[in-house]
Amino acid sequence: MLRVIVRRLLQLVVTLIGLSALVFIWLRNLPGGPVEALLGERATPERRALLIKALGYDQPILVQYGKFMQRLLTGDFGNSIRSGDPVTEVIGRAFPATIELAAAAMIIAIGLGVPLGYLAARHRGRLLDNMSIAGTLLGISIPIFFLGYLLKDVFTQNIHWFPPSGRISTGVDNTDVTGFFVLDGLLTREFDAAGDALWHLILPALTLATIPLAVIVRITRASVLDVLNEDYVRTAEAKGLRHKTIRGRHILRNALLPVVTTIGLQTGALLSGAVLTERVYNWGGLGTLIYNSISGGRDYPVLQALILLAALVFVVVNLLVDLSYAFIDPRVRVR
Amino acid sequence: MSDPITRPTVGTPRESVDPAAVEEKREGTLPRGIDRLGERKRARLEQLAQTTADKGGVSLVRDAFRRLRRNPTAIVGASIVALFVLVAIFAPLLAPHDPAQRFDELTKNLTVDSIPGASSEFPLGSDPLGRDFLSRMIHGSRQTLFVGVFATLIGLALGVLVGAIAGAFGGWVDNILMRFTDVMLALPALLLAISLVAMASRSSQWTVILAVAIVNVPIFARLLRGSMLAQRESDHVLAARALGVKQGSIVLRHMLPNAMTAVIVQATLTLSTAILEAASLSFLGLGDPDINRAEWGLMLGVDGQRYFEVRPELAYFPAVAIIVVALGFTLLGEGMREAIDPKSRR
Repeated sequence: MLRVIVRRLLQLVVTLIGLSALVFIWLRNLPGGPVEALLGERATPERRALLIKALGYDQPILVQYGKFMQRLLTGDFGNSIRSGDPVTEVIGRAFPATIELAAAAMIIAIGLGVPLGYLAARHRGRLLDNMSIAGTLLGISIPIFFLGYLLKDVFTQNIHWFPPSGRISTGVDNTDVTGFFVLDGLLTREFDAAGDALWHLILPALTLATIPLAVIVRITRASVLDVLNEDYVRTAEAKGLRHKTIRGRHILRNALLPVVTTIGLQTGALLSGAVLTERVYNWGGLGTLIYNSISGGRDYPVLQALILLAALVFVVVNLLVDLSYAFIDPRVRVR
Repeated sequence: MSDPITRPTVGTPRESVDPAAVEEKREGTLPRGIDRLGERKRARLEQLAQTTADKGGVSLVRDAFRRLRRNPTAIVGASIVALFVLVAIFAPLLAPHDPAQRFDELTKNLTVDSIPGASSEFPLGSDPLGRDFLSRMIHGSRQTLFVGVFATLIGLALGVLVGAIAGAFGGWVDNILMRFTDVMLALPALLLAISLVAMASRSSQWTVILAVAIVNVPIFARLLRGSMLAQRESDHVLAARALGVKQGSIVLRHMLPNAMTAVIVQATLTLSTAILEAASLSFLGLGDPDINRAEWGLMLGVDGQRYFEVRPELAYFPAVAIIVVALGFTLLGEGMREAIDPKSRR
């Protein structure tokens, strides 16, 4: 097991180094280059020369890359072009909002997806199964920003069940502890603030959950169908074990491995979806930050840090998922 | 697989049969049943021998195609795709007006909070610039098909190149190329597409197509490499090698064609995601800036978003069109996957 962990960690490091090199090349090849991005097109040659020297762009490319890596490792991403604040601060402010949204979406996707996939498999070929297949196909075919507008239109304009945008109502007094508004409300016992934040969270989370939900239902269904035909399930049924025991210990435990892998892989889809969902609901997280750093004049320092952060989150989550196999499936531990 | 009699009924617990009826049937037919079973088996073997003798065997592709034709999923998918392609081809004949022309009778009624709706001459009403929305929808099929097909084809070509090199050489070449795809796969697809679009000094239809294409390269590359590696150890490649076939033609003529089926299925599924990804880029303001271009993703992402409160039909029509076409490609792809690998059928 230890060897597996070490090998995976090494792979992770290699991936991140490769990515940093790509980002470095990417930055150098942006239209007009980073100097123009910082100064604008109409800068004087003197100012350009000054900046080129200040940024170290007159040095050999390998030296530049070394310095670039040094800055990355010390967490120095420079300042945002838009606001002038340090990039780490800008991202730090937006990070909890997206994590809150993504976590809520994932809870919905897993909480609905696994039971639905299981039921679809057990009732294979029946109405519930066919409906869930149709639902998953629709889920992956619908542009999620359109779904977002649709939900927003129905639930905030026609029936006023949910607020149309933002993370919390104006006038609600919430204390910022962790940046996760629902959690903050619970921690500080401001339950009205927690409720209000949760109320704001539901529609965006539902929107963001559609694609992971569809994928999880499909994988769970396929995986449960595989397990259902195994001899040990037949044996368990023949032994007269209770339905609940068979479902939990014999079917789900064995069927869940591919599902867990899928959940790890969905982190990428969640981040892509967050960019779109946050724009629809004016959420103010990383997705909004990505949007702002491309549409309102390109904010390359922020974009660069966001790319690295997204990849880091993805590889770390998937590493954790791989490690979690050991807990779910003892067979992995032996290997 | 196991024969039907011993097969556990666990998978379909609800299909229980009246035990008395089974008992009765068994008692009546068992002694003769064995006899007949042997006879039937022999007859069937002869029949099988006959069919292969007549046709000289059925190729894998033809076999898959036969299964495809009987699969309702594939038929529905193929019909949608066929209709979509036909509309795209005959768009100029079907559209009542020029999609780029601004009509005075429409523009004069345009205000900030009202866009003219359906009339006898303009069945779907106007778009925000006073153009015929129906004609733009019909012509949109063309541009959407164009974006989807080219993004997929370019992604496919590059992915196949990378995957084939990795799968053919193995060793360190494979290692380097696969680490490269790891890096690309570690990035969320949309973020990667955004970064790629940002590299262009001016966005155009081609920047969108290229960005979506490149996002799909690692997926194709991984897939092809996987099936090529599986082929390397297979008997037919060993046979070719033993016959002294050159490495190059083993790769090109023996490994690649056999490994391509999975890639083609993936390409069909990618056509759907490519159209959706292009729509997402348009929604983020990174699409084609040409205001005359009628493409569903662009119509939904730009006008549909901007005028959702004023005239939601501007979003509904392109959205429904995208959903139906994406569904069509997905169903066709799923059907093809089932036809090639019947085990995956559920």
